Amino acid sequence: MNPIKRLYLALDAWFNLSFGYAWNPLYNLGTLTFFFFWIVLVSGIYLFIFFDSSLSGAYNSVEYLTHEQWYIGGIMRSMHRYASDAAIITIVLHMFREFALDRYRGFRWFSWLTGVPLLWFVITLGITGYWLVWDELAFYVAISSSQLMDGLPLLPGTMSRNFLSEQINDRFFTLMTFLHLLGQPMFLVFALWFHVKRLSDVKVVAPQGLAIGSFFALLVLSIVAPAVSHAPADVSKTPAVLNLDWFYLNVYPLLDFWTAGQVWLLTISVTVLLMLMPWLPIKKRGPAAVVNLDNCNGCEQCVKDCPFDAVSVQKRTDGKRWENEVVVQDDLCASCGICVGSCHSSNPFRQSDKTLISGIDMPNLPVNDIRNQLKVAVSELKESVADGASKIIIFGCDNAIDFKNFKSTNVAIVNFFCAGMISPTLVEYALKLGVDGVFITGCRTGDCYFRHGNKWMDERFEGERKPILRKRADRTRINVFRAAETDCVQLKMALDEFQECIMQLNQQERIAEDKVEG
Amino acid sequence: MKKIIQYPLQILNYSVFMGIVWFFSIHPSYHQLDKNQAMITFTMSHIGKHVTKCKKISYKELMKLPPNMRKPMDCPRERSPVEIELMLDSKVVYSRVVQPVGLFKDQGVDIYENIRVSAGKHRFKVWINDDVNVKGPIYRHEQDLTIRPEQHLVIQFKSKENIFSVR
Repeated sequence: MNPIKRLYLALDAWFNLSFGYAWNPLYNLGTLTFFFFWIVLVSGIYLFIFFDSSLSGAYNSVEYLTHEQWYIGGIMRSMHRYASDAAIITIVLHMFREFALDRYRGFRWFSWLTGVPLLWFVITLGITGYWLVWDELAFYVAISSSQLMDGLPLLPGTMSRNFLSEQINDRFFTLMTFLHLLGQPMFLVFALWFHVKRLSDVKVVAPQGLAIGSFFALLVLSIVAPAVSHAPADVSKTPAVLNLDWFYLNVYPLLDFWTAGQVWLLTISVTVLLMLMPWLPIKKRGPAAVVNLDNCNGCEQCVKDCPFDAVSVQKRTDGKRWENEVVVQDDLCASCGICVGSCHSSNPFRQSDKTLISGIDMPNLPVNDIRNQLKVAVSELKESVADGASKIIIFGCDNAIDFKNFKSTNVAIVNFFCAGMISPTLVEYALKLGVDGVFITGCRTGDCYFRHGNKWMDERFEGERKPILRKRADRTRINVFRAAETDCVQLKMALDEFQECIMQLNQQERIAEDKVEG
Repeated sequence: MKKIIQYPLQILNYSVFMGIVWFFSIHPSYHQLDKNQAMITFTMSHIGKHVTKCKKISYKELMKLPPNMRKPMDCPRERSPVEIELMLDSKVVYSRVVQPVGLFKDQGVDIYENIRVSAGKHRFKVWINDDVNVKGPIYRHEQDLTIRPEQHLVIQFKSKENIFSVR
């Protein structure tokens, strides 16, 4: 395993210990960023009520908010700044996470490609925000931004000179206010919509506990270390020391060493490189799911379950009595097989004497092959296992922990692309064939590689989502273990414990049978 | 029991997170200038002289041209590069030759340059040459300056009047 992934998984384990799976911030980086934007929006609206959008009045109005009205205006200002800074951290961590877990290539290329420019949109939004305070830092930002703009062969003349000859007027300042308050945020919302366009069931609301914790943490920081301005902007002064916000203004000091053109070259190169990463190298994806209309009644469960909006519904084309049929959009399909797990016709009890064909199936791992693998595995177990010992089958998710080394004389394995691909009827079928226990592995709770596999499986097993695990299925013989690649020791322990438990169950059953016979 | 362990850990995590937010929102300080330094910004927007003077075309030469291109004067568009030199106490602090922009080098030059200098009393000299056919300074200016630490001094060459302004 590469060290970046190992580092991420260690961090992930630490947050699971601290917050639990549901509140783990690393599983909620997107929703946390949304939450910080809500804070920025609400605090920004409050600040705008008191903000004087004129060149002469801007600084004083911000000073009034910071000092005269410190108990609310000052806190709002600090929350506005710190939430914006926190959003940069969550965005960067979000990118790091997707990179570390290799979740940026293959079918995920679109989200990555559209996500990279978002970081720059947010940064430019922050830059215009700093401009509005019109203090020494704002003046530095204005001059440096203009120098950067002058480095582009787009505008004639030198924009920076406008600030020296005091040609900046209230109208220009109002334009900047409009840009920060409405123009850029609207553009950002549009870009965000684009970013999540290929996902279904997008989470935008942070878990309550995490949101409350983050809010109070920001509030405490705002009270303890309130955000303050520099001295008012002054054309005749170049302050020796500036307290830059490095989350947003990190590029500007480069202008001390490089020309604007070189700075652009660096930033554009880094951005383009980041955007091209999904193709460096390309990650091959499996074939898309295939619909078999003869076995599909258009129930739409797979449409509801697909995490990437790749399955949609359309009017029936084969003249059968059902109203609709489903159709897979190949370029959106992640080949996760979750649709197979959600299809009622993936039931292995069906067509037991002939080839099992599901309404929707994976060409590279059809349900019929899974059923056959299972049959072979169970018959091998029956042959190899000594009397009294337990026969365990592992249904393993390919993207979670590596379970292949745990194969033994009394443990057989069947692999799936995702835990969500495992139909509940398949678990019942395995028990019916004669295994003593079914041990299912999956990605860490809340961190499914294909987004919803774990969640759908849990809901199916709890009877909340179709197809359900029937009540008569013996749940004491089913164990679900979720872990990452680094959790081999925990897997070994959980498997041993499960085997022990199954042996006790077998013993109890034998005693009960003996009593009945006796 | 798990919650009892989790709450202090969460407080620790939030504290570290907010510590990072606070620290990088103002630290480390960016030192734009040293303690005893000031900034001179030199700026100008100027079009250099033509490299070649207009030449009258003879009747014979004119007749050789297509009718729509027959102009009595041939004026090449190329402009001279602009040479600038700034000196403080006879020490050159900025020196550059800026080529005119445009495909035919027929546009002006735009300069915006920040120069860090030490504060104090200085003899300041600046000259510009905007004609490739003339050697040495064409426009020049010199004066005594008393520069305060952190002062921002703007030296602009006003192209219309061909004069320097020091603010």
